[in-house]
Amino acid sequence: MALKTVIPFGPQHPVLPEPIQLKLVMKDEVVQEAIPHIGYVHRGIEKAAEKMDYVQNVFLVERICGICSFLHALCYCEAIEKLLPCEVPPRARYLRVIWGELHRLQSQHLWLGLFADAFGYESLFMEFWRNRERVMDLFEKTAGSRIIISTCCIGGVRRDISDEHLEEILQTLKEVERALDHSIPALLEDYTVRKRIVGKGVLTAEKAVELGAVGPVLRASGIAEDTRMTGYAAYDELDFKPVVETAGDCYARAKVRALECYQGIELIRQAIQRLPDGEIAARPRGRPNGRVVTRVEQPRGELLYMVAANGSQKLERMRVRTPTFANVPPLVAMLPGCEFADVPVITLSIDPCISCTER
Amino acid sequence: MFNFVHKCRKKSPWIVHFDAGACNGCDIEVLACLTPVYDVERFGIINVGNPKHADVLVVTGTCNRRNARVLRNLYEQMPEPRAVVAVGACALSGGIFHECYNVLKGVDGILPVDVYVPGCAPRPEAIAEGVLMAMERVEQRSREPHSQMQAEPAEREERR
Repeated sequence: MALKTVIPFGPQHPVLPEPIQLKLVMKDEVVQEAIPHIGYVHRGIEKAAEKMDYVQNVFLVERICGICSFLHALCYCEAIEKLLPCEVPPRARYLRVIWGELHRLQSQHLWLGLFADAFGYESLFMEFWRNRERVMDLFEKTAGSRIIISTCCIGGVRRDISDEHLEEILQTLKEVERALDHSIPALLEDYTVRKRIVGKGVLTAEKAVELGAVGPVLRASGIAEDTRMTGYAAYDELDFKPVVETAGDCYARAKVRALECYQGIELIRQAIQRLPDGEIAARPRGRPNGRVVTRVEQPRGELLYMVAANGSQKLERMRVRTPTFANVPPLVAMLPGCEFADVPVITLSIDPCISCTER
Repeated sequence: MFNFVHKCRKKSPWIVHFDAGACNGCDIEVLACLTPVYDVERFGIINVGNPKHADVLVVTGTCNRRNARVLRNLYEQMPEPRAVVAVGACALSGGIFHECYNVLKGVDGILPVDVYVPGCAPRPEAIAEGVLMAMERVEQRSREPHSQMQAEPAEREERR
């Protein structure tokens, strides 16, 4: 008779860049149950947001997550702009799309690399990260910093992108695209890689909806839902179609993200082409009052901010729901029945971002 | 024999990285150090998962009570001589989160930190330099008599 054993996976583990612990109940080599334990990176940002004033909070929310900092700031600024109210100039809306998509692009590269590393394909990991550095250089050129770019502010953006830099972005995107053409087939068409990821961690469409999956996890299960379709920033004026796959396994999730790299590049090109002239920021007047919910599509899925203000300088309450939080229940449903060696790959396939989740 | 180990150690500082509650910004910069553009492996720096293989502990992020225990545990598993590098504003003092209720305001309250790398997030070059500076500390320490290396971290802190 097989014995049941409990194996702690994490919080410090070579595959996990961040501390999350999964307690795996095993029967021989097969996972029976996965119990997540969190709390290793909780900082208490929501409480801190009530202590600082609403303008300072932009800097705070950017530091919820270093990988998608711009999108956090964007979501928060959209919320405050609705409460003030404050009209964002068209050029600023397009610049937000450009920076937002660049952030998504680097995040997808980061994930594709880490994913390749999770099943031991180290040279592909290096390839994706080499390509990612091209995008990071663009941040450094346009915003002066690599990670926390701090370009989003209430009422618009803090910096403009000059024509030379726009030209440079287009040039670099060409190189990035060429490198992607080279490395994505290595991930998606390789026989050995397919053996590791096809049919692993399957999530059906019904289950995905029932458990509230978001972002690439949901789209890989065949449901075309993307928060960008709600048309925040300038997305209502750009043409795009969400990338959808139907298999719902690790391969489909990798494919959705790989194709979203191309989609992001296309969106940046469109935004640069249609970029209007004019002001980059409107001066916010007054103080926020009321309660509002805004949603933004992060690389990992839907990000939701609820802001409640009472007309004073400080907010009454700020609530953040991040995509990983929504994707943990699907992960816990995916793991039972898989082999122990597949746990790192399946865990990574939802792209867990724990610092967002615990804040 | 001692000289041989000593010489080899200097040429290849192996690091173990622990995220003690950072925003990920510093963590991905630590990882970016290892990838082709910065490629710290040319200095012999390798990121290992096992603390028993490592010379340098790289800590990013604000510490909290829950992960302080894990961090301490990791540090104690590392063989002497060892060094600690705190990376990023959060690891130095808690940074922007310094008034949050679940933040211990810096790694140096928990471990003896040898090198502080400031920045939000610090650039990969700065992190690589920090690790190399820590390695000098490790080298100094390996010249010390064995009994001193065994001393408690708090005592060693005073001696310094």
